Amino acid sequence: MTIRRGRGVAAVNYPTGMNLGGDPSQALVHSTPTGSFMVTLSSVDLGQGLKQVMAQICAETIGVSAEQVTIDTADTDTGPHCMGTFASRGTHRIGNAIIQAATEAKQVMLEVAAEELEVDAGDLETDGAGNIQVKGAPSKSISIFDTALAAHFKHGRSISGRGMFLIPRSYPETETGAMKPSTCYAHACTVAEVEVDDETGEVTVLTVKNVFEIGRALNPKMVEQQLVGGSWMGISHALYETTEPYYPNRDHGGTDFNQYLMPGPGDLADTEVVVLERPSADGPYGAKGPGEMCANPQIPAVANAIFDAVGVRVDHLPITPERILRALKAQQATT
Amino acid sequence: MTKKVPIQITLNGEERAEFVDSGATLLRALRDKFGDTSPKGGCHQGTCGACSVMIDGELHLSCLTLAEVCEGRAIETTAGLAKDGVLHPLQQAFLEGFAAQCGFCTPGMIMAAKALLDHTPSPTRDEVVEALSGNICRCTGYEPVIKAVLSAARANSQKVA
Repeated sequence: MTIRRGRGVAAVNYPTGMNLGGDPSQALVHSTPTGSFMVTLSSVDLGQGLKQVMAQICAETIGVSAEQVTIDTADTDTGPHCMGTFASRGTHRIGNAIIQAATEAKQVMLEVAAEELEVDAGDLETDGAGNIQVKGAPSKSISIFDTALAAHFKHGRSISGRGMFLIPRSYPETETGAMKPSTCYAHACTVAEVEVDDETGEVTVLTVKNVFEIGRALNPKMVEQQLVGGSWMGISHALYETTEPYYPNRDHGGTDFNQYLMPGPGDLADTEVVVLERPSADGPYGAKGPGEMCANPQIPAVANAIFDAVGVRVDHLPITPERILRALKAQQATT
Repeated sequence: MTKKVPIQITLNGEERAEFVDSGATLLRALRDKFGDTSPKGGCHQGTCGACSVMIDGELHLSCLTLAEVCEGRAIETTAGLAKDGVLHPLQQAFLEGFAAQCGFCTPGMIMAAKALLDHTPSPTRDEVVEALSGNICRCTGYEPVIKAVLSAARANSQKVA
């Protein structure tokens, strides 16, 4: 009848997106007559900030400010095809498609600017502040606004581009079976400290310390927001969430978010998040998919911490007080 | 046919009158009749907090309040918090602290926090936790929300001092 303390560690490798081929995303980019850029996607922003990060990727590629870019995710019927926002794939897959589309659009834009400035398009660059200039001679320049107007009303050119990203399918080598089943791994490690009441089976998570390696953090504040929320969701997976909280009758299960509870504001562990940036080779500007990965390592870390505290392995989720007490009882029976 | 009832309220400082269905909740009246969609309908049974508004300065769940009983009373919603284009300190703190993700719970969170700060301008963390405990969020993990409320309280106390 004691409160026992334990500490557990866990590490995960997490691939980005669906693999073995068949995980495409498309993007279309075009400029308005006044030099703003529209990115048309069928991907959805669930609140994780997809639109912001996609705008940044397009802006970085073309060389304009992110405010000049509008992300249109309005309609999956009329937009270019996307597999969707899931599997931590958004930033990586859609971002790569946008880079391709924006690169094509930028090339047209530079060709029009080259006509206007009477120079070679290969000698032009954007200044990031709304202008196109000759490399090494920034005084010879034209605004993107004027370039877009000229493209539309004088040259009859469409400043636009098409983007498509598809991981090539990997087949096993006949001799060795070697293949590339997945791509672009993010990594995480979590140390959790818990208190377990061995009379009631109740678990209190005291601290959760996470390290996440997520490639380049394209928007550090939004990454932090994802990781803090994700860490909390991991605790929730470990200890709270189930559609069958009240046995034996399935009808007693939770029916909505009021009953399918996660840790509330009073149940929060002291949470620490450290971000390591090791840019990925095939990600947009080095990004990986941090989304779901960040809610995974807490689960085994908490399970290990419970084992450290009271010496029982609970291998069903969520780790409820009842399951802990049953495991303790079984343990006592064998000793 | 549902009987229509005239009601007059002060919504965010403005005198307003509408005909509402007898028995309609304040939430439905605000959203469908008065055109203020800042209170959100999450559970419609008083457990998620997304519909929180202030009635005569007190925090209430608009999904459990009949519109008719609000006759002549002053209703405040998040839509009325910004003044002359300047965000309320709580809104500013939520913005700076990245305390919203999908944003659905945010108006209710902000009204619950405002109700706290109105009578407890310098709350402890525990008081903030208590004040937000009737509001369900499924994105943020609450920590950024708690921090934003504490930060808004600090910003307020500096302004007064």
